[in-house]
Amino acid sequence: MPIHEKSLIRPENLIEHKDLFIDGIDVSGHWSTFINSRALTDYDESMQEEIAALPGGENIHRCWQCGSCTNACTVNALNPDFNPRYWIYLIRNGMKQELLLDKDIVWQCVSCNKCTYACPRDVNPEGVMKATAHWLELKGHTEKKPSMIFDEGFSQQIIETGKIEDGLVIRQFFARTGQKLAQNWLVAMAIGLAKRLPVAMGIKMGFAAVFHPRTRGWSRARAAIKDYVHEREAANRKALGLPTGEDGR
Amino acid sequence: MTGKYDKVAYYPGCALEGTGHAYNRSTKALGDALGLQTVELENWNCCGAMEVKNVDPKIQTYLSARNLTIAEDMGFDTVMAPCNGCYHNLKKAEYDLAHDPESKSVNERLAGKAGHRAYEPGHVETIHALDWIKQGIGEEGLKAKVKNSLKGLKVANYYGCMYTRPRHIFPEKDRGPGSESTLKPHFMDDLLEAAGAENVEYPLKTSCCGGAHTLSDSDTSTRLVLNLLETAEACGADVIATECPTCHSGLEMHQMRAEKVFGKKTSVRILYFTQLLGLALGLSPRKVGVHENFSDAMPMLKQKGLAR
Repeated sequence: MPIHEKSLIRPENLIEHKDLFIDGIDVSGHWSTFINSRALTDYDESMQEEIAALPGGENIHRCWQCGSCTNACTVNALNPDFNPRYWIYLIRNGMKQELLLDKDIVWQCVSCNKCTYACPRDVNPEGVMKATAHWLELKGHTEKKPSMIFDEGFSQQIIETGKIEDGLVIRQFFARTGQKLAQNWLVAMAIGLAKRLPVAMGIKMGFAAVFHPRTRGWSRARAAIKDYVHEREAANRKALGLPTGEDGR
Repeated sequence: MTGKYDKVAYYPGCALEGTGHAYNRSTKALGDALGLQTVELENWNCCGAMEVKNVDPKIQTYLSARNLTIAEDMGFDTVMAPCNGCYHNLKKAEYDLAHDPESKSVNERLAGKAGHRAYEPGHVETIHALDWIKQGIGEEGLKAKVKNSLKGLKVANYYGCMYTRPRHIFPEKDRGPGSESTLKPHFMDDLLEAAGAENVEYPLKTSCCGGAHTLSDSDTSTRLVLNLLETAEACGADVIATECPTCHSGLEMHQMRAEKVFGKKTSVRILYFTQLLGLALGLSPRKVGVHENFSDAMPMLKQKGLAR
């Protein structure tokens, strides 16, 4: 069944009335209510189901479009195009082309959970943002975004050793994203700290960088988590109708 | 006050062994000064921080639950985590294991393969370092031990995201008088006030520092942090008190980055609440790790008569 709705409030969808009088008052011009209706038939019926199948997206069907998420959103305050309420609307209606216009900013969700706090329907919009970013990447609409490169490198370190060494996280991330480690602000911080740190502490930190902290007897946990990760990756790809074979990626 | 937190299991987490070492040092020093004993979890693992859930949330549940099992095996019914990330993840694991059968079964499966008992929800209470002092010692108990009042020090109390959100994983909060508020938390305010500090009205107590993307989307983080710093200054604060190592190092890093990259200099200092309380109890700046902070608070502390 086609979706019938007012078009989105965008300059190209606004109608101009040159001589419009209501009760004798001239209301000519561009108004956001002067919008053509439209009927959509090219929506993607599987989109909501696919995003709901990815971790975090499970409750997207509960959304009633109140907008509390966008109103509370940290990133929306910096960039009005970052609009969880609107994206959930697009996903639920399968309006893929409209969603793809914003594909390069969805990953910027900072997981502050203000949306989840405000949501009266337990949609977990923060999870929906992660699921959506994941969907965009798996479907090949975006490359792997910096946050996912960071999350994967970080998680990999935990899975391997049980722990995180933050110096290593920073070095690896800069290397993987092709940035130089000697950013002027990082250098300034390191010099400021080195001036005040006692020598013994500096040596201790040097040791941590050589002998990475790790959880003892971690090998069975490591193997168990790796198995689970592979199982979930295959399940996610299957839910999105993607090949799941070893070389399917 | 009640003595119920006199001896707790201590989960420092990875950040407190690295960039947040000053928080580790000051938390232990504060416990010693107050007669509260902490016993570190044996052979703990990372809780999953903010990253593992983006690969799969149930791995985070397992990682956190393993630590709760250790606490229980060591004979504790309370584990104290000073890091908001660790605290949040242990709470989230507790909630998910009790409410989501699938999380429970995945945890059991992973624990079984890893060769240890799976944690059953309801056996161990997770508390934050703030609960530990506020409910274990209380304002009156703290006041009695203050040797070096923080009088004249204007403090903006900053709690960040993970101490209060999402609210459903903190069922003990929002229970009326005496309990913590998720909308306007006050435990840190209460403790610092008891130590003599003058808390400023800070509207961004639970705003986000962008910690999850501190490196992967640095400009966003710098803008968020700069807003926190400039607002604290506008509120008249000398120092921002923190209770999370990710927020703390994010504030310090992006204060520097805002200056070097955006040309915006701010002078408000950043200290862990445990450092401020330690100073009030007469501990030296070295003892509470002020020298381990990236931003140098010594000149400000000297000016306020809190350090020599």
